[in-house]
Amino acid sequence: MDEQDRERAPVRMLLPRGDGDGVTRPAWAPQEVDLDRPSAARVYDYYLGGSHNFAVDREMARRAIADWPELPQIMRSNRAFLRRAVRWCVAQGVDQFLDIGSGIPTVGAVHEVARTDDPAVRVVYVDVDPVAVAHSVALLDGVPGTGAVQADLCDVDGVLDDPVVRDVLDLDRPVALLVVALLHFVADDREPAAALARYRERLAPGSLLVLSHASADGAPDRAGDHIALYRRTATPMSMRPYDAVLRFFDGFDLVEPGLVPLSTWRPDGAADGDARVPGYAGVGRRD
Amino acid sequence: MTDIRTRADAIVVDSLAREWAVEVEGTSYVPMGSDELVEYLTEISADLVAALRARPVRAAVGHDAGRRLVQAHFTGPSTVERTLMLLGRRLPELLGDELREDVLALVGALAAGYATTLRDRTLDEQEAIRRAVIVARHQTEQALHASEARFRAMFYEAAIGIGLGDVHGRIVEVNPALTQMFGYTAQEMRRRTVGELAHPEDLPSVWVLYERLLAGELDNFCIEKRFYRKDGEEIICNLTLSLVRDERGRPSYQVAMLEDVTERHALQSHLEYQAFHDTLTTLPNRALFTQRLEHIFTTTPPGSARRVGLCFLDLDGFKAVNDSLGHDVGDLMLEEVARRLADQATDGELVARMGGDEFVVLVENSRGVEQLIALAERILTALAEPLELADQELTVSASIGIVERPVTGGDSSELMRAADITLYSAKADGRGRWALHDPSRDEAEITRFALSAAMPAAIEREEFFVLYQPLVAMGDHGMRGVEALVRWHHPRLGVLGPGRFIGLAEETGAIVALGHWVLASACRDARRWYDEFGDAAPFVSVNVAPRQLHEPSLLADVEQVLADTGLPSHLLQIELTERALTTDEGAPLKALDGLRELGVRIAIDDFGTGYSNLSYLRKLPVDVIKLDGSFGERLRDEEVTNTVDERIVGTLVDLGHALGMTVCAEGVETGAQASRLRRLGCDEGQGWHFAAALPREDIQEVLRHPDARSWPGPEDALASSVS
Repeated sequence: MDEQDRERAPVRMLLPRGDGDGVTRPAWAPQEVDLDRPSAARVYDYYLGGSHNFAVDREMARRAIADWPELPQIMRSNRAFLRRAVRWCVAQGVDQFLDIGSGIPTVGAVHEVARTDDPAVRVVYVDVDPVAVAHSVALLDGVPGTGAVQADLCDVDGVLDDPVVRDVLDLDRPVALLVVALLHFVADDREPAAALARYRERLAPGSLLVLSHASADGAPDRAGDHIALYRRTATPMSMRPYDAVLRFFDGFDLVEPGLVPLSTWRPDGAADGDARVPGYAGVGRRD
Repeated sequence: MTDIRTRADAIVVDSLAREWAVEVEGTSYVPMGSDELVEYLTEISADLVAALRARPVRAAVGHDAGRRLVQAHFTGPSTVERTLMLLGRRLPELLGDELREDVLALVGALAAGYATTLRDRTLDEQEAIRRAVIVARHQTEQALHASEARFRAMFYEAAIGIGLGDVHGRIVEVNPALTQMFGYTAQEMRRRTVGELAHPEDLPSVWVLYERLLAGELDNFCIEKRFYRKDGEEIICNLTLSLVRDERGRPSYQVAMLEDVTERHALQSHLEYQAFHDTLTTLPNRALFTQRLEHIFTTTPPGSARRVGLCFLDLDGFKAVNDSLGHDVGDLMLEEVARRLADQATDGELVARMGGDEFVVLVENSRGVEQLIALAERILTALAEPLELADQELTVSASIGIVERPVTGGDSSELMRAADITLYSAKADGRGRWALHDPSRDEAEITRFALSAAMPAAIEREEFFVLYQPLVAMGDHGMRGVEALVRWHHPRLGVLGPGRFIGLAEETGAIVALGHWVLASACRDARRWYDEFGDAAPFVSVNVAPRQLHEPSLLADVEQVLADTGLPSHLLQIELTERALTTDEGAPLKALDGLRELGVRIAIDDFGTGYSNLSYLRKLPVDVIKLDGSFGERLRDEEVTNTVDERIVGTLVDLGHALGMTVCAEGVETGAQASRLRRLGCDEGQGWHFAAALPREDIQEVLRHPDARSWPGPEDALASSVS
């Protein structure tokens, strides 16, 4: 398994480890397209009811759901948070989005959500999965003001200096950086906090950080199960506690209501507002 | 009626949509908020109710509703389940049970519309994702091609040789650098096996490592190994062999990287040879000899009966050969001597050139003193044959110091010191002979002897240096002159004072050369001061030994030195001891007259210690008397006043002044002494109260900063004596 996959792959925790080319493939070698292996982006699509996936992906997703029945709900809650946050950002006057770990953005893609309120919104989708990026490119074909880039979250300058990013976004103006349901798959040794600090440094004042993160706390009745799942699978998933997630906002001013349980961030319906859905979400502003 | 029904239907639509929203919320991911959801379902509900009201019932609307659900991404299975149940139950309840059949038809159509649309959507999405895979694969392949092209370039352009072999040792691929290295074509290389690249000098361990690598026990190893080129020539390579494994970790093939280090090797051996061999004679040099000797002492176990012996040899009068016949002839002589020595080393002895005209023959396992003596005699005989050099017949002789002793209980430096001393004794005994080291001989005596014997060479090697002790005016303590004092920086014994070697030099006559060297050095330094400070420059006072005074060439030598250095003669003072002047020979006095005529001042050193014939003083051509330190000794302590001593000094000062001489007091060590000597009329003083003997740079500093000099002025002494 490609080590970069873990960034978006909740199901990675159910994959056997140490057999993949992540160990032997040097950084400069192109990433292989291997349909014998589940892709995190396609599994995520399956959770959301999409059909951009293959048998191997669905098999993986079914196993994950068997272990953790709430997974589809958590995924939907993340997606719902993304939608609410995007609309809120647009309401704040931010009209540029950089969606990192965007996967296969079919259902409620950022540009579609945002453009219901402001048709001039510009969006770049970033992912490391070449298939996800190829799909995004096809999807966005003929959609002006959008683009898709294959890059790694932690390669901040690689992302921000990518020609597509430079073409679509004006980095001298505020940008909403979307890091939704991503960082719990980035272990501390890859220094995600340093990457966020670098984004903060390079983005214009007024930019926003939209972030959600899985956590074992906030769902005390489920914590034991989560931890058991962890142990059984020895995953690289980092279910960071509240304080650790809060530190990702260093240098950003958290907007109301702060860093809160995923579904309680500015809820707009009955299905939202359920504080039992594990994970935290928040939006920070860079001044 | 229609209006009323329309209003009633609006209420039905509204409550149906709300119930519907509650049923399906959370069953699918739809990108809508709750209000949007209700709004969307209200539109569909309105169409469904309208379809039921129409006559005939428009069941096709159900089909459209199913399509719209899928379009909004209500793709979750429980969404359609709950929708069908809700509509099937609630529509008849809300609109009347008589519509049950119509509702069933409508709901059936909705299910069909839903299924059809979802199937299409699924197929579309499957197609889209497959297309994305194709695109991604294509891009990946292109990237892979680019990456492979880069690798191929790296492989072909690499400056080091790279070869791939399979696990059976067959060479599969080689790069051009490797084919060039071996002189085979790539095809020829590929027909060979790794095993054929063996070299007879390979250590067996190389092939053990190779087998272990192929067996997967090692991932890589790095060695230096010799190979044969196609043309039979030998090359030396740094070889790094690595094992490449397949995805299951099994050995798959081997990669060899070779760097040709043949030239570097040749250079290194050449440098090593140079480091351990003398370029002129090609004999081993001192470094190699020392290494070999050390080896004997470090590897011989305690209690061993092993004995070691050596002949330390030095050519007699070689300097004269060089000086008179030139260095070319000197070099030819050394080469011939080296050859003859090497010829005598018939028993595996090590012959080395230690430097200059010194050679050593080392017997690493001596059978006894007799063996060494026999060797020394053979060498002397061999050297006695006249040498034909540069069309002339020359003779050469050498002196040999022999040391022969057990290895245990000694060390190499002790052995070499003994050899050194013994060689000097051999030379002292007369040329062309050997001497055997005699441990019972007094070491100190030997050292003394060794020193005197080493002195001529030391003068040549400039092992001597001059310090200057200031001579100050008693009136203002300003520096008037300096006395040149010689030191010997002996390579083994460190800095030696004149007491250690002047007497020896006088005995051996080396004092003449040494004195001349000191005179020349002092005049050269004085000239520099004169150049920089003009009239403020000090005169320099140089000691001349009695033996020098008897050299007929003294006057001419001084004249020559003055001419060579350009030092004005009034800045040179010659110091002689009383003893040198009181001999009855006339020649010295003539020399003195000559010096004075040049303008050089003459001083009597250590006055009052010798045969003090005061009346004789009158006749001497002398300008300065230097009162021996012993006179002032009892004037040092300011608490003690000794009128007798004061009076003696006063008398000597008066006598000197009466004869028109300058009086200088030696050994001035305290302020009290200085002020007393000044009161007694001494003109100049010298001693630690003012300054010790200083390097020439320090004198220069004093001259540059006369006000910042390190010794006290006369006022200081006065003040301290008054208080």
